[in-house]
Amino acid sequence: MATALKSMQQEEVLAKRPQGWWQSKAMKRFRRNPLAIVGLLIVFGFFLLALLAPLITTPGRSCLRDLGLSASTAGDAQNPTKAAFWKLMFAAPFESTPYYACYSTPRTSFSPIPQPPAESKTLLGTTSNGYDIYYGIIWGTRTAFFIGVVVVGSGLLIGIIIGSIAGYFGGWIDNALMRFLDVIFSLPGIVIAMVIITVLGNNLINIVIALAATQWAGYARFLRGDILRVKELDFVSSAKALGARNAGVIFKHVLPNSISSLVIIASLDIGSVVLGAAALSFLGLGVPLGFADWGQMINFARNWILGPPGKPFAYWFVSFWPGLAITFFVMGWNLLGDAVRDVLDPRSNT
Amino acid sequence: MFAFIIRRLFLLPLVFFGVTIFIVLLMQLLSPYQRAAAYAQTENQARNLDALIERYGLNDPWYMQYGRWLSNVAQGNLGYSRTSSEPVLKTIRKRFPPTLELAFFAMIPVIGTGIWLGTAAALNRDKLIDHITRILSIIGWSLPTFVLGIWLLVIFYGGLGWLEPGRISTNYVIELASGGIKQYTGVLTLDSLLNGRFDIFLNAVKHLILPVITLSVISSAQIMRVMRSSLLDALSQDYVRTARAKGLQEDIVNLKHARRNALIPVITLAGFTLVGLINGVVITETIFNYPGLGQWSAQAAVNLDYAAVLGFAVFTAIAVVLGNLLVDIMYGIIDPRIRYN
Repeated sequence: MATALKSMQQEEVLAKRPQGWWQSKAMKRFRRNPLAIVGLLIVFGFFLLALLAPLITTPGRSCLRDLGLSASTAGDAQNPTKAAFWKLMFAAPFESTPYYACYSTPRTSFSPIPQPPAESKTLLGTTSNGYDIYYGIIWGTRTAFFIGVVVVGSGLLIGIIIGSIAGYFGGWIDNALMRFLDVIFSLPGIVIAMVIITVLGNNLINIVIALAATQWAGYARFLRGDILRVKELDFVSSAKALGARNAGVIFKHVLPNSISSLVIIASLDIGSVVLGAAALSFLGLGVPLGFADWGQMINFARNWILGPPGKPFAYWFVSFWPGLAITFFVMGWNLLGDAVRDVLDPRSNT
Repeated sequence: MFAFIIRRLFLLPLVFFGVTIFIVLLMQLLSPYQRAAAYAQTENQARNLDALIERYGLNDPWYMQYGRWLSNVAQGNLGYSRTSSEPVLKTIRKRFPPTLELAFFAMIPVIGTGIWLGTAAALNRDKLIDHITRILSIIGWSLPTFVLGIWLLVIFYGGLGWLEPGRISTNYVIELASGGIKQYTGVLTLDSLLNGRFDIFLNAVKHLILPVITLSVISSAQIMRVMRSSLLDALSQDYVRTARAKGLQEDIVNLKHARRNALIPVITLAGFTLVGLINGVVITETIFNYPGLGQWSAQAAVNLDYAAVLGFAVFTAIAVVLGNLLVDIMYGIIDPRIRYN
């Protein structure tokens, strides 16, 4: 009798709860914010571009060769029923992997001068030395997502480990780690990244290392602060009063609580990470020459600011399209990030 | 307050050793031969790298190399920069004033438009100026420094030919190099005024327009956003309503009661902006071929110019620590509730 009564009450309570996350207050706030929707659409659009890159671009010669295709079977690369398409779909941007060449922008000519679309028979024209801008932008989206996700992911991993060590142990360990963070925060990220790339060399992995080297510090500090805050909350004291050990409290109650919001906030850093990578490429400290990357194309554009006599804007397309791509990418993440932070902020939860 | 400043200044030696040990350790990843190649200046030296390794002690353990560098620093010798072909300290002394000049002029739009537009947007919430400001801030916030810089150059230099990169027009370069005007400070706009040369002053200002816009747009947009939201927050507080109920003039309520409190988060952001400005300076100076510290450091990093990178990193780290200290002191001035004990 008593148990039946209890379960009925539970059902009533459950029935009154809003239906799922889509109906939750936070989601409603998010859906009502038009800027958030615009940001989400932009990011999703770039995600589609990255995903469908094999379908909407034609691979270059060395990529076709690595896929085992000849000029007559080149269409297979865009045909989802053929194996070559799926090889291209899952091509990894590492030198040691088989289809690495597909991340190199194909060259339509060896012309030292940028060529407009009509002249080069490409959609958006070519940079100097004939690199196809359209291909570079589409496959550059893949590069951007790769750098963003891997840097934020590895930064999170290091940040969570260091942050929870500092927050859990406290005392001199916490003090030493926090002073170390002070050192990292007082160095501009670009200087550290420049030094690391110069020492390790220009390639995608080293860019990831150089950016992750500073990215983790913010996460570690956030997590440490959150652990210290949650440690003082009532439910932790009650868990302790019930006899739970310190370690158990941290791993069962405090960490899961803090990490979920950290992961959401961190994932929104993808835009700024990609911006950092592009800035390095722009300074000539980024990906190898010819790799599909927005920053590198803007670096090419530096030499084509002045047009030939009488045609001042002749080479506008070299800086315009890659610049537009990265601006929209960053804007999408900024809008999305802003809206999510707004939703997560307990003060604005009305 | 005094004790707080002293305590914060203790961070300086920590940052100095932390930053330099970090970079020296990083450099140890290169083989002695690679590092010796960086010292070689003639072909003969390049052929005989072992002699260079011996001479500069590049095979010694890292702490000995670090100790040597430290003892040199103690004597005021930060090493020799191959990038600028002169001692690091001399280069920093020469290139710091132009960078300071650029950063100073960039602060004007950052504080001016950022705080002013942010205030205007919050006071006219959901009116036209608010919408325009918000759209501007979203665009400005998302435009990467290097994209904006290149686009500005394409339009105003390549296309219209109104402005050009560099620090001064070529016809003044020789005059400046031969000591045509007395360089009191190294800050060109100030020196030219002290010499009474308005033509050079105007020329220098003209060259600063594009870099200053490029450098300041992101920070202005961020300050504008924070200013708007924190002022909206302050305007809904009880003390603002009380002040209005007392019959105070709207302007006094808005500017004295609300805005002063709303500035606190803006100052926090200003601290971050400082680090952002240094990142921006490296890129902006590179784009506009502006002879400051940032341009030199980017070249030095590409050239593996060990001494220059160390010198620049130490210099910026110390500048950041001091800048953040300044921000914290400003907190105390703006918000009397904050006490440093």
